[in-house]
Amino acid sequence: MNRFARALPWILVAVFAAWVLSSLRPAKEPGFKLTEFGKLPVLLNGRVQPLDSVARNSLLQIRTKQTVLLEDGKTSMPAIQWLAETLMKPDVADTRKIFRIDHPEVLALLKLPEKEKYHSANDIKPAIAEMQKQTDRIARVDEKLRTPFEQQIMKLANGLMLYNRLKNSLKHETTTDFAKELESYRKVIAPGVAAVRAQQSGQEFSQQAFDDILEYLSRYDFMSRFSYPMLIPPIDPAKERDAWESMGASLMGVVKSGDLHPATTYYAGMSSAYAQGSGPEFNRQLAEYRGWLKGKQFTPELAKGRKESFFNTLQVFYKATGIYLLAFLLGCVSWFKMSPTLRRAGLYLAWLAFAVHTFGLVYRMYLEGRPPVTNLYSSAIFVGWGAVVLGLILEKFYRDGIGIVTASLVGFTTQIIAHNLALAEADTMIMLRAVLDTNFWLATHVVVITLGYASMFVAGLLAILYIIRGVFTNTLSPAIGKSLQRMVYGIMCFATLFSFVGTILGGIWADQSWGRFWGWDPKENGALLIVLWAAIFLHARWGGIFKERGLMCMAVFGNIVTSFSWFGVNMLGIGLHSYGFMESGFKWLMAFVASQLLIISLGLLPKHFWRSFRLTAATA
Amino acid sequence: MPTPLKYIINFFCSLRLTVVCLCIAMTLVFIGTLAQVDEGLYQAQNRYFKSLFIWWAPGDGSFRIPVFPGGYLVGSVLLVNLIAAHIRRFELSRKKIGIFIIHAGLILLLVGQLFTDVLSTESALQVTEGSSKAFSEDFHENEVVLIDQSDANQDRVVAVPETLIASNKEIALPAAALSLRVKSYWPNTDLLKNGSEGAVPAGATRDVGKEVFVKPKPTTAKMDERNLPAAVVELIAGQNSLGSWLVSPLLRKQTLTHQNKEYEIGFRFRRHYLPFSLALIDARFDEYKGTDIPKNYSSRVRVQNPASGEDREVLIRMNEPLRYAGLTFFQFQMSTNKVGPLQSTLQVVRNPSWLTPYISCVMVGVGLLVQFLSHLFAFIKRRTTSA
Repeated sequence: MNRFARALPWILVAVFAAWVLSSLRPAKEPGFKLTEFGKLPVLLNGRVQPLDSVARNSLLQIRTKQTVLLEDGKTSMPAIQWLAETLMKPDVADTRKIFRIDHPEVLALLKLPEKEKYHSANDIKPAIAEMQKQTDRIARVDEKLRTPFEQQIMKLANGLMLYNRLKNSLKHETTTDFAKELESYRKVIAPGVAAVRAQQSGQEFSQQAFDDILEYLSRYDFMSRFSYPMLIPPIDPAKERDAWESMGASLMGVVKSGDLHPATTYYAGMSSAYAQGSGPEFNRQLAEYRGWLKGKQFTPELAKGRKESFFNTLQVFYKATGIYLLAFLLGCVSWFKMSPTLRRAGLYLAWLAFAVHTFGLVYRMYLEGRPPVTNLYSSAIFVGWGAVVLGLILEKFYRDGIGIVTASLVGFTTQIIAHNLALAEADTMIMLRAVLDTNFWLATHVVVITLGYASMFVAGLLAILYIIRGVFTNTLSPAIGKSLQRMVYGIMCFATLFSFVGTILGGIWADQSWGRFWGWDPKENGALLIVLWAAIFLHARWGGIFKERGLMCMAVFGNIVTSFSWFGVNMLGIGLHSYGFMESGFKWLMAFVASQLLIISLGLLPKHFWRSFRLTAATA
Repeated sequence: MPTPLKYIINFFCSLRLTVVCLCIAMTLVFIGTLAQVDEGLYQAQNRYFKSLFIWWAPGDGSFRIPVFPGGYLVGSVLLVNLIAAHIRRFELSRKKIGIFIIHAGLILLLVGQLFTDVLSTESALQVTEGSSKAFSEDFHENEVVLIDQSDANQDRVVAVPETLIASNKEIALPAAALSLRVKSYWPNTDLLKNGSEGAVPAGATRDVGKEVFVKPKPTTAKMDERNLPAAVVELIAGQNSLGSWLVSPLLRKQTLTHQNKEYEIGFRFRRHYLPFSLALIDARFDEYKGTDIPKNYSSRVRVQNPASGEDREVLIRMNEPLRYAGLTFFQFQMSTNKVGPLQSTLQVVRNPSWLTPYISCVMVGVGLLVQFLSHLFAFIKRRTTSA
């Protein structure tokens, strides 16, 4: 092997590792230090998170992307910049094209240009009354019975609602100079409170002072009920660490406390500076606020903000997806060209992707303080991880590229699934409800059963490779066929063990929680189906009821059973694990099932239709 | 040519039977899961899993035919198949020890679950902060009760299960020297003050039943809904009628006097009386700030058992139940009012067979591990010697 061939895999690893690390480069921010702004901690969905996460998650929900494309069609704006505009310069934010509308009837109803996918708040404003009419009607229709048009309307309505809430989270959307507003508010408080007290006890009072304070209070009351993240930290963290408040609630509370919370003045300072375009002033207020937080012992929250921002910026899973894809292609090509160099290149890249994937997984655990799987999104990440581990182990034993292809394909696919699941969830690190608040069972039952899913998919994928290679190519020699069969058997044994133990552990958890080991809940039944299918596979093999090709078809069917158990049961809309009907999810599930059935039917073709067997027969 | 007996024995020992039964089981689980969408968990469970056959009643339902094996049948055949195969074919050897343990564990699991099905009961104990309760209420079953309150220290309760009310016209109550005649019965109702929405007058002759209207509703199969029945019952002492009452879980208690004794008559959720009482001292319900995601549910209760003299405090929380007197108490629900005393609902489960899945899990897990590790080691040995 020449020197280039030996170096190529390492060169590729170096290039892609550099790509992964490239996001660590600090962004050039000539004006406003928005990256620092993004690290500020706030409370949302019951957990402390950086503004950067709020920005990304909100934009994902509204625009299904973490960036905004500007008018020129080329420059994209990071989420935190969009959030800064929305919070502090809402007039500009109204011009950004963030609302995604695909359905042509919705576009027609709102009189929007047909060719464009993204629209701004200003574009939609003229049709608000029409939207309201529609949502009033649709809200009364049962969610499961809504047409695609109605679902799109509701999605848009939710996006608009979220956007409007954000516009009123830092200041009232009509305020132009928040710092000045707070100054006048401060002057109005004392006389206003006195006037109100006087009015209530029936004495003489100043109508002007009374009206002034009520005007401010009604603005802040609106803000307190409508705002999305809670920006204002507790005034005394030693006493009550989670007593965060929205800006509106905090400002209203001044009537009692007599004094503005320092955080409100810092945010107001930032807001006015940002609106006026004064970078140095913005950065100064930001630095002082951070200093104040540190002084008040908010170090854990600041650290959380910093760490989670770092994780967001790194975009590990997106990077891993790309590297897995390349590894997959290299692995496939290495079969046809029989090239050990390409195989090694694919293998090393798969390992790199695995390392990045693992880092992401572990870092999420560190941020959440939880075992790896806590919701559907993280289950997809972990299924991918488990499958990659199995694939890499297979590659170590067999060294024929099959492990690489399996690992990278499942890794790539599960990352795509996870990304789409993230679009459906408001926050992938959401706090766990009481019954799930047990690290022991999350670490045992959930991890074990997710590994069971992963191994079923690996076995199924190996079987798909067998069938595809056998029917369409001549690369399925008897030796490779046998080794694939052994791989599938080995992985199915693993799958049986983990699926069975995982299912029983789930039952025991249920017994500890509500006294019933087995309740025939759809999710429980789904897990039982996997165990039954694995048992049927093993018994059919031992009894010689099916031979090599039959067993491969059974393994592919296992993919259908597992995907039903993982996703299908959640879509039925019943039972304890119900997440409601996800229409696009259902379409993809059906498409997947159809594809697997197609492959099974290929596998059932008589031997003489298989290109690999024909050649063997011819040479025999 | 094997004799009929040999044929039967061969049949029950065969591996093919195992595979066929497992396939039938899979089909059953799949259909039974989809059926829950329309029929609800409780009904689907009884129809597909806790039955010998799945029945189909064509036409008007006057007769029914079995169309598919039900859960109990498949489970029993698998059990027989498993035991028969072991007796016939498996000798206890080191190589097969894994399989023995696996199958023994499975047998324990299946039998244990059968016992659970037959023996276990679930009910709800609802108690408010500051008060105590010594009974729990069934989730589905109801009973018509006639309570003799003449003794100041004790109530004598005569309870008639709803199934009897639904199918019988005359029920004798020897304990009260009365008989009960069912004049009307509706399995699920709303009670209204007037005849709107298709409600009919109850037509009772005593108490509120004289004025109330009954609106019959279709029975519900949804997991979180309960059927609220109503009935008009007439009490007969010897030859004389004492009148008729409308009884329903929706009505407040109705009393009557007969032969100088005070009685209460009603239709309530079936009660399971406990030989001890639980007093709710403090119920906690926390949410994550700014959300409605529940963070913690807990009830601090005091167990008071007159027979054993016990009087102690216990904390019941999510995932941490109280196991006492052969019963287990789980934190089930909590009222979420922000003011006033909280009401906590505990789920009370009696399941003597509760340990079997734990033991079975260990057994099958160990068996699988032993079996597959021995294969794995053999595989690794072969590859290292051949490489």
